[in-house]
Amino acid sequence: MSLSRRDFLKTTAAASAAAAVGISVPSELKAASEHAEAGWRWDKAVCRFCGTGCGIMVATKEGKIVAVKGDPAAPVNRGLNCIKGYFNAKIMYGADRLKQPLLRVNDKGEFDKKGQFKPVSWKRAFDEMEKHIKAAFKAGGPEAIGVFGSGQYTIQEGYAAAKLMKAGFRANGIDPNARHCMASAVVGFMQTFGIDEPAGCYDDIELTDTIVTWGANMAEMHPILWSRVSDRKLTAPDRVKVVNLSTYTHRCSDLADLEIIFSPSTDLAIWNYIAREIVYNHPEAIDWDFVKKNIVFATGFANIGYGMRTEAEAKKLGYSAKELEIIKKEDAKVISEKEAPGLAHLGVKAGDLMEMKNADKAILHWEISFEDFKKALEPYTLDYVAKIAKGDPNESLDAYKAKLKQLADLYIEKNRKVVSFWTMGFNQHQRGTWVNEQSYMVHFLLGKQAKPGEGAFSLTGQPSACGTAREVGTFTHRLPADMDVSIPKHREISEKIWNLPAGTLNPMGYQHIMNIHRQIESGKIKFAWVNVCNPYQDSANANHWIKAARELDNFIVCSDAYPGISAKVSDLILPSAMIYEKWGSYGNAERRTQHWRQQVLPVGDAMSDTWQWVELSKRFTIADVWGEQTIKGGKLPSVIEAAKAMGYKETDTLFDVLFANSYFKSFKAKDAIGEGFDNTEVFGDSRGVAGSDGKEWKGYGFFIQKAIWEEYRKFGLGHGHDLADFDTYHKVRGLKWPVVDGKETQWRFNAKYDPYAAKENNGDFAFYGTFAKALKKGNLQKPTTEETFPLKNKAKIFFRPYMDPCEMPDKEYDTWLCTGRVLEHWHSGTMTMRVPELYRAVPEALCYMHPSDAEAKGFKQGDLIWVESRRGSVKARVETRGRNRTPRGLVFVPWFDEKVFINKVCLDATCPLSKQTDYKKCAVKLYKA
Amino acid sequence: MSQLNHEKATITERRRFLSLMAQSVGLSALGGLVWTGYIEEAKASPLILRPPGALYENDFMRLCIKCGQCVEACPYDTLRLAVPGENKPLGTPFFIPREIPCHMCTDIPCVPVCPTGALNKSSVSSIKEGKEKLDIFKAKMGLAVVDTESCIAFWGIQCDACYRACPVMDSAIKLEYRRNTRTGKHAYLIPIVSSDTCTGCGLCERACVTEKAAIHVLPNEVAQGKLGAHYIKGWEKADEKRLENVSQEVTTHTKRSEKKVEDYLNSGEDLFK
Repeated sequence: MSLSRRDFLKTTAAASAAAAVGISVPSELKAASEHAEAGWRWDKAVCRFCGTGCGIMVATKEGKIVAVKGDPAAPVNRGLNCIKGYFNAKIMYGADRLKQPLLRVNDKGEFDKKGQFKPVSWKRAFDEMEKHIKAAFKAGGPEAIGVFGSGQYTIQEGYAAAKLMKAGFRANGIDPNARHCMASAVVGFMQTFGIDEPAGCYDDIELTDTIVTWGANMAEMHPILWSRVSDRKLTAPDRVKVVNLSTYTHRCSDLADLEIIFSPSTDLAIWNYIAREIVYNHPEAIDWDFVKKNIVFATGFANIGYGMRTEAEAKKLGYSAKELEIIKKEDAKVISEKEAPGLAHLGVKAGDLMEMKNADKAILHWEISFEDFKKALEPYTLDYVAKIAKGDPNESLDAYKAKLKQLADLYIEKNRKVVSFWTMGFNQHQRGTWVNEQSYMVHFLLGKQAKPGEGAFSLTGQPSACGTAREVGTFTHRLPADMDVSIPKHREISEKIWNLPAGTLNPMGYQHIMNIHRQIESGKIKFAWVNVCNPYQDSANANHWIKAARELDNFIVCSDAYPGISAKVSDLILPSAMIYEKWGSYGNAERRTQHWRQQVLPVGDAMSDTWQWVELSKRFTIADVWGEQTIKGGKLPSVIEAAKAMGYKETDTLFDVLFANSYFKSFKAKDAIGEGFDNTEVFGDSRGVAGSDGKEWKGYGFFIQKAIWEEYRKFGLGHGHDLADFDTYHKVRGLKWPVVDGKETQWRFNAKYDPYAAKENNGDFAFYGTFAKALKKGNLQKPTTEETFPLKNKAKIFFRPYMDPCEMPDKEYDTWLCTGRVLEHWHSGTMTMRVPELYRAVPEALCYMHPSDAEAKGFKQGDLIWVESRRGSVKARVETRGRNRTPRGLVFVPWFDEKVFINKVCLDATCPLSKQTDYKKCAVKLYKA
Repeated sequence: MSQLNHEKATITERRRFLSLMAQSVGLSALGGLVWTGYIEEAKASPLILRPPGALYENDFMRLCIKCGQCVEACPYDTLRLAVPGENKPLGTPFFIPREIPCHMCTDIPCVPVCPTGALNKSSVSSIKEGKEKLDIFKAKMGLAVVDTESCIAFWGIQCDACYRACPVMDSAIKLEYRRNTRTGKHAYLIPIVSSDTCTGCGLCERACVTEKAAIHVLPNEVAQGKLGAHYIKGWEKADEKRLENVSQEVTTHTKRSEKKVEDYLNSGEDLFK
């Protein structure tokens, strides 16, 4: 054999890459679980944690989950897991699992906001919820109800919640924690493509030559994907380049050929530098065929604020003088030396006052000419950008310039495939939507988008941020399948599918998650319900929201599996079933939808969130909620008469209308898919839990999870969001939508791979999304036409400038604070801090800082220090040699640890377009505790 | 680390108990009764992990007076004094990394307080600007050893919890990237320990997520092999350093060479039969 070892490695690499990529429709895998294998049963499921969407197999023995294994047939992970996934079997059995509803009561057993938590029945819990929702309705109409939803809802739970809220209560005050996680990506997609979610898929990793991570610590947050990136690097170490852009050194830098540490927010400037390099110095690199056929240039206003309260509002609510120092920038700010050059297109200079007059028009944009686009990029020279972007004071400017140049060269290089990945670094950003749009700007100019191995790819944080929060539409402004409550046609389609009288749905979708907190604080929202999230730990500026929940006249309910800060802050706690204790489905970051069956009975009297929502619907009749209602800016008409005309009775409950209707009941309880498995919602179970009416829960008697699925998928069929039927997902390892004729889609908008793009007959590509596809035309300052021009099948390249974040280090608060995560813990740690091994591995959140900063401030490794901002302070231990190496002037504190409650310190500024909070930058001072 | 008590002024009840215990152990030597019961525990223990700067075990045992001052000084309650029944030399300081590892304080408070030099300051110091300065990175409390069969990184699980816990990250523990040909698209990220820079602090051992740690710290003498200087890596210039203190006593001895030349040559009647 003359095959050298190197050749051998190459051929195996090629073969395995082909195997990795070639599976367009996973072969039908044995769906029937392997029963009675030595007394335990294996069945397929999906990992509980991040947006990667690894497939797992779950072993059940005598009603308890005893083990998991990575599913070797799962295309994402091929049998592997990260250490969170490794512990899926241990997350459900923490000693302090919530097992029964708990209500704050006084000595007489009456509800008392200042009372102690005591166990109550499910019936009592629903009595209290009903009473307080009805009171809230009376006081403030549908907008007085708020729901903190989740990107960790199963699809069915999210659908049940959104349906009862939007179709039942006519209330849009539901918004998921995915708002904190993905909203900027969503708005970036909608603005650019007119449709949500990535064009590409994970197979891009095996097919690309260049992986650029921008504000994405994949090594810790998406470890299985990072191991695919690592493998790609190993297959062709010379050809494949890995670049890591971040505000501090983290684990992705280990593998990176190039690390670029930038000053917070200047990613905006770096993208513009790359674009400038293309447009001015390498015009030959522009894929004009692609651009001319598929693209228009666009821009929007810059004076759009920072998504905070206005100064007047904050003053009225008693915000402190320190807080107001920053909040006043919501109304106006003085343009800094740092940002002035990049805003030259507006004709402004440093020292000018920028009044935030277009804060309510942040989303508005208009078409501009390529010449204007080019002109706007002009100031983003290497000199300017390197000067403002260099994030490590210890690095030389020349070295930094060379790195930026190298980065631009990699993007520009002909025939070099590039994938840009990002997560929270982009999305949690005061200009998060802009920076998302900018990534497409560069990829589009070069024609490196929506092709195998080429594209800007937004990774997802939560397991079903895509599947539930986005696709189901548990955002305040959304309806299923990317539809929007503000668009009459979308309401009409939804009312038809939901069999509602015309005019039922509420067109005002503005109660996003920070607004829910703020409206609780201002007394507008009187009833709030926390579902599958921990908003009182995960929201920035937490002191305000906790105080509002505890001290004002409102009623907060928290459904959870374990007691955390949100439960502690609430008035009523409902014990929820965890992932494998119920039927469900998730959708991951590559549009892959995966279903699982209920594996075990829930612990104690815990019940699924779907059940909780559906049971609540029994407490309200049409007469209660479908009369005339007051909403922001007007009234919702009464639809009671129209409902009667449709055959509904005033006494029909929302349960009858929304969930126990003839369509739902057509899904028989007995179904081959469910044979041999528990289904607590459908049949009740051997625990004999006393239900919401005080009687033993015996089940709905129809296959509610399947009914929800089949109704839900009606929204997307034929509109580019096609999902397969319920039964199919129980046979395969997930499918990437759109699923057309049983075939999943790997690369959207590319006519070769996406049947929807092919159908448009628009050449190689068709950006067929329909949102914001008619624009006015204008110059760099404003739109100049009244007329709008259609953009069928086109995408947009935006010009967006660099702007300073609203709070930056100064003399008193001299250090940047960035928050984030660690591999060992999931979000607020309610699950992983109860797994002994993970708790032991990382028992406490640390304050990662540069050794010279520590020395200058007189801190030693391990010292307890105060991290204090204008809003609050926490104590944390100094870590100068850990996994995260910050440059001088910046500290990093993860937020999983409720004892190091860093969100008390963070600022609740958001991207004004996406309303996503910027957790990545605020100013703090540090001193010894 | 939540159990840490960082206020050094407070002497915890546990430490008070331990130091009393140590003193009484010292005293009880006079009585003889208790002492004989634990005679085995008084001997040098090859598997015990000592505080930073500890001399080699035999020397350490000669010098340690079991005063407990190092234990008092430890802000993390890492150090303990051996009590009867632990099968360790009574009253001597040690630590169990899986329970509380050494957090590698930069001022190494346990060492300067040692009255006898059993904990040797200069072994945990380096010369900076002409002055001897404490340098915890010079500590050699032990060496982390990976059991590649129970380490889940060797299965392809993306763990590396030990690596992220390592205070000498990317040096004492490095990750080696290897292709996973079974899946065809993932890489193994394998923790590799370097004895040059591993201090034996045990933060890795504590972080390890397997039921019993797959990475554990052993005293260097136990964990490490030793190379002769007769062969130098031809591909690594620095390896020549091993020649610096090489002995010129190079005569080799085996069973085969034990006879004197003449004795060998003049014997061997069997050969000529």
